[in-house]
Amino acid sequence: MLESLKNNLVQALIVEDRYLLLLQGLKNTLIITFFALMLGLAIGLLVAIIKVAGANNKKFKPLSWLADIYLTVIRGTPVVVQLIIISGSIMVATDNKILVAVVAFGINSGAYVAEIMRAGIMSVDIGQTEAGRSLGLPAGMTLRSIVLPQAIKNILPSLGNEFITLLKETSVAGYVAIRDLTKAGNNIFSRTFNITPMYIVALVYLVLVIILTWLQRKLERRLAQSDRR
Amino acid sequence: MIDVKNLEKSFNGVEVLKGINETIEKGEKVVIVGPSGSGKSTFLRCLNLLEVPTGGEIWFEGINITDKKCNINKLREKMGMVFQQFNLFNHLTVKKNITLAPVKLKRKTQEEADEVAMELLKRIGLADKADAYPAQLSGGQKQRIAIIRALAMNPDVMLFDEPTSALDPEMVGEVLELMKQLALEGMTMVVVTHEMGFAREVGTRVLFMDEGQILEQNTPEQFFANPKNPRLQDFLSKVL
Repeated sequence: MLESLKNNLVQALIVEDRYLLLLQGLKNTLIITFFALMLGLAIGLLVAIIKVAGANNKKFKPLSWLADIYLTVIRGTPVVVQLIIISGSIMVATDNKILVAVVAFGINSGAYVAEIMRAGIMSVDIGQTEAGRSLGLPAGMTLRSIVLPQAIKNILPSLGNEFITLLKETSVAGYVAIRDLTKAGNNIFSRTFNITPMYIVALVYLVLVIILTWLQRKLERRLAQSDRR
Repeated sequence: MIDVKNLEKSFNGVEVLKGINETIEKGEKVVIVGPSGSGKSTFLRCLNLLEVPTGGEIWFEGINITDKKCNINKLREKMGMVFQQFNLFNHLTVKKNITLAPVKLKRKTQEEADEVAMELLKRIGLADKADAYPAQLSGGQKQRIAIIRALAMNPDVMLFDEPTSALDPEMVGEVLELMKQLALEGMTMVVVTHEMGFAREVGTRVLFMDEGQILEQNTPEQFFANPKNPRLQDFLSKVL
């Protein structure tokens, strides 16, 4: 049995330097996840601020409607469908498929991050804003230095959840001919009829998620400093 | 210093302030009393535009702050405010709470602001709490720090919105004591409170508000000894 496990591993990883394929796939997965994460955070923060501002200020109403359309469409359709549409029409001229994936997953994640951030901003007592404004701080500065740091602390668990989801969702990138981790494993599987590479892929995702969870805990503990009594 | 002309405020069609006219001079300590829902907090919050009036004008140091072109942030730097719920910034240490605004608004460097913060903290006997977070403080300590946080901006006037109403009874004294000191130093103060003792002792003028109007005002002696308006007589008979 040990012998057959060894054979399977050799076939999955060593023959034809297949581990390089998996490493390349892992690299793509990490690149897509990281930049989609950044894009998603930027979009999410912007949309959340527009939504919060729209609730209090008539001038932001039209922007707020646009934000609502974005949220409804993105959250109402599957990410694979969005990815294929962006790759096949909106960004069809782009040769860099990784970039296409970053844009597609970033726009998708942004919608979920926006709702998380909005809830976070609303969770900070209005008195904090009033105190900031009463000292003469402009609205933007109050948001940046007083409200957002407290909001981020409150939403860190949900945000961590969203990042983990995003990492795993990028596994559909293969639909638009990107060789991410999943696609690389699947390629080896279909060449060799040996399922072992998919177990390796699963294990790599699992390890990545465990690392992310650990980082999240660490950050949560650091931000909880002001809660100690 | 503050001129209020025919001030009106409605929330969703409900009139909370019904045309208030009032002038507050430099150095005055104006205490506003009245039953809950009389509009006294709304009136105070209109003075620094935390509530935007629906009618009338407010002039502060010769500037019409209800004018849309007025830069309210600049004026708020000169109007300190103290809240019922303290509203210390929970994620920052005590010292950072005090230095945030002066530093962010480029009034002081971090070192200068730190120095001022420590002086103010020493003054209220809380220098050892400089690196503590608000969650580690008692209500009275929080409110005294909220007061010196406002003072760190060197305001010309201090607005107090029921500063002792959320405190445990044994902590009310320390906050009132600090406010008394400020009054003695000549700070212009507008105070909404239920502390009649404070109104009598520290106030230079006491206003009685009910149903969105100022129904009576007088010196503290006359206000408490000779109330004329029946609503005020009724109010005083219940609170004194």
